[in-house]
Amino acid sequence: MAHLLEFRNVTKVYTRGLLSKISTTALADLSLTLDDDKPTILTVAGESGSGKTTLAMLLLGFIAPTAGQILYKGQDISKLRGPDRMTFRREVQAVFQDPFAVFNPFYTVDHLLTVPISYFKLAKSKKEVRSMMNETLKAVGLHPDDVLGKFPHQLSGGQRQRINVARALVLRPKLLVADEPVSMVDASLRASILETLRGLQRDYGVSIIYITHDLTTAYHIAKSIIVLYRGSVMEAGDVDTIIKHPQHPYTRLLIDSIPWPDLDRRWGETEIKAKESELSDHGAGCKFLARCPFAFASCSAPPPLFRLGDYHATSCYQHRANPGLPAEDLTRVLPM
Amino acid sequence: MAPVLKVVDLQVSYYTDAGRATALAGASLTLNPGEKLGLVGESGSGKSTMALAMMRMIKPPGRIEAGQVIVDGADLRALSDAQMLQARLSKIAYIPQGAMNSLNPVTRIGAQMTDAIRAHDKTAAKQSIEERCQQALASVDLKPSVSKMYAHELSGGMKQRVCIAIGILLKPKVIICDEPTSALDVVTQRQVMETIDRVKEQIGAAVILIGHDMGLMAQFVDKVAVMYAGRLMEVSAVRAMFTDPKHPYAKALIRSLPRLDNKGVFQGIPGLAPSLLRLPAGCPFNPRCAQAMDICRTDIPRLTALPGERTVACHLFAEKV
Repeated sequence: MAHLLEFRNVTKVYTRGLLSKISTTALADLSLTLDDDKPTILTVAGESGSGKTTLAMLLLGFIAPTAGQILYKGQDISKLRGPDRMTFRREVQAVFQDPFAVFNPFYTVDHLLTVPISYFKLAKSKKEVRSMMNETLKAVGLHPDDVLGKFPHQLSGGQRQRINVARALVLRPKLLVADEPVSMVDASLRASILETLRGLQRDYGVSIIYITHDLTTAYHIAKSIIVLYRGSVMEAGDVDTIIKHPQHPYTRLLIDSIPWPDLDRRWGETEIKAKESELSDHGAGCKFLARCPFAFASCSAPPPLFRLGDYHATSCYQHRANPGLPAEDLTRVLPM
Repeated sequence: MAPVLKVVDLQVSYYTDAGRATALAGASLTLNPGEKLGLVGESGSGKSTMALAMMRMIKPPGRIEAGQVIVDGADLRALSDAQMLQARLSKIAYIPQGAMNSLNPVTRIGAQMTDAIRAHDKTAAKQSIEERCQQALASVDLKPSVSKMYAHELSGGMKQRVCIAIGILLKPKVIICDEPTSALDVVTQRQVMETIDRVKEQIGAAVILIGHDMGLMAQFVDKVAVMYAGRLMEVSAVRAMFTDPKHPYAKALIRSLPRLDNKGVFQGIPGLAPSLLRLPAGCPFNPRCAQAMDICRTDIPRLTALPGERTVACHLFAEKV
C-alpha cells in the first residue's frame, strides 16, 4: 500500500542566541502516516505554542526538520527535484488563517485563480481556464458571476476564505493543509466553509489536515485527532472518543474550556484551573507537568504513549497500566 | 432597582462618498447594575458602532444623529467634551477589540495605569495611586511585578488582562468589552472571561460583551441582544434565547451552532448580510428570511415587547392593531 505522506520520527528544534544556545522543541518525535487510497480529515489541535503551525510548515516543506524524515509518496520532500518537486508543490496545498491578509489587493480574483493554472500548465486554452475556474468556484459554493472580476476588498471574509479553498482546489491537490481556516470568519459563515472542506474530502478525494485550537469544529469535521502540547502528542485517536471521554488532563482542560452553546454544559466543571502556560520551564519530564494537578514522581520522566483502546492513546502515567504504544505506531490509533 | 444604563433610540450614520450609511438605526437598551448583556451579530451589524456611540467616540465621517445614553442618571450626550473625558473610565469604560495592541510599547505598564488615574484625579498622592494600581493588577490575577514590565514582555492573555485592569481602575458603572478574546485560544479565553466576571462582582458594574461567539455568550451573559444591519432584532434572557428564539434571524443563528449532539450537521444562514448603503426596503432581514410576508418588504418592524421581558422586532410578533 502506498503512503501518501509519512512523518518518520520528525523533530523540530528552534535555537536562538549566538553563543549560549537556547533551544525550544516545537515538535518532538512525531510519526504519522496518511494513506493514498483513503482520503480522511485529521485534526491537529492544541493551544498557541503547541507546534501545530510548525507541523504545517514542515509538511509544506517551508522548513526542514531537525531530525527525522518527511516522505511524500515514498520520497523525502527535502530531496525532491525537477518534475517530482512540481508534482509535490501542486498536490500539497494550504489554506491559511487570515483571509484578509493573503490576497494581493491589486489583483482580481481571476488573476489569483489563473496564475496557478498557467504555472502548472493545467489548461490548453483560455476557454479551458475559464471552465476550470467556473467549476472550482461552484465546488466551493460560490457563483462565478458574483466573484470573478472583483478585487479582494469587494468580497466578504467568508467569500475570500472560499476563494482560498478554490485556489487550492483548482490544482487538484491530494492533500490540503488547513491552518485555522475558520478562526477569523463570522460564526454564521463557519458552517458553510467547513461544509466546503468536507465536500472536498468526500467528492474530490482530498485528504485534509485541519489545524485548529477550536475543538468544536474539529469534532464536527474530522475523523481522527492528535492533541499536541508544546510539541508532544498528549492524546490521539478517534475524535468522538477523545471529545466525549478525554483521558489526558490537558485534553480535559481544553475540552472543559470550550464555550459550548449549551446552557446545561457549564464551564469549569473540572478541577484544573484555567491558567496560561509559563513559557520558561522546560524540564525533561512530561511537558504538562507544571500545570498538572495530578503530577506524581514518575512524571519527571517523559511519559510514553499508552494505548487505551483500538482508537485511543494517551501520553500520561495515570494510564500506565495499559499497554504501551511505540511513537512510530501512532497512526494505528487514528481511524482513517 | 434603577437601571444603571439606559440607551434610548440611538442613531449613528456614516457619511461616505457612496452615500449615507445608517450603522445604527434607533437602538434602545436598558441594563441593571451587575447585569451582563451580550451583543451579537455578524461583522458590520453595528455592534462596535453601538459601543463607540455610547462612549461618544464615533469619529467623522460618522455622526451620532439622535438618542440618549443615560448612565447612572446622567445623559452622556448632554455633557461637554471635558465632562465626557471625565466620565470615560470613571462611569463607563471601554475595552476595545484587540485591546492588547492598544498598550503603549515604550512605557511600562505601571506608568500607563498611573496616567489613567492622573487624568481623572490630578491631586492623588503617589502612594495611593501605586496602591490602586497594585489592587487592580491583583484583581486580574497578575503579579505586582507586571507594573514594571513592558507590553512586549507579556503574553496575549496577560496583555488582555492588563487592559481589563486599566478598565476597572476607576470603578466604572458600565464596562463594555468588545470581542475581548477573539485572538486568544480557548484556555486563555476562559481565564480572561473568568477574570472579567470576578472584577465585575468586585466593583458591581454592569458588563456589555460584544462578540459573535454564541458559545461564549451562553457561558457568560444573562441577556442577549441580537443585532442585524444596525438594528436590534431581539433582546431576550439567555435561556429564552437559546431554548426558544423568536426572531427568524435569531432562530437561524441558534440553529447554525455546532453542538455535541448534532455531529456533522452544518446549517449556515443562506444569503449574505446586506450592505448598509443599500438596505432592502422594509425589514433588513427579509431577503434571507424564510418566513417573510408582504408587509416585511414594505414596513420596518418595530421592537415589540413580549411576555418574559423580551423584545422582538418582527412582523410575526407585531401587536395586532
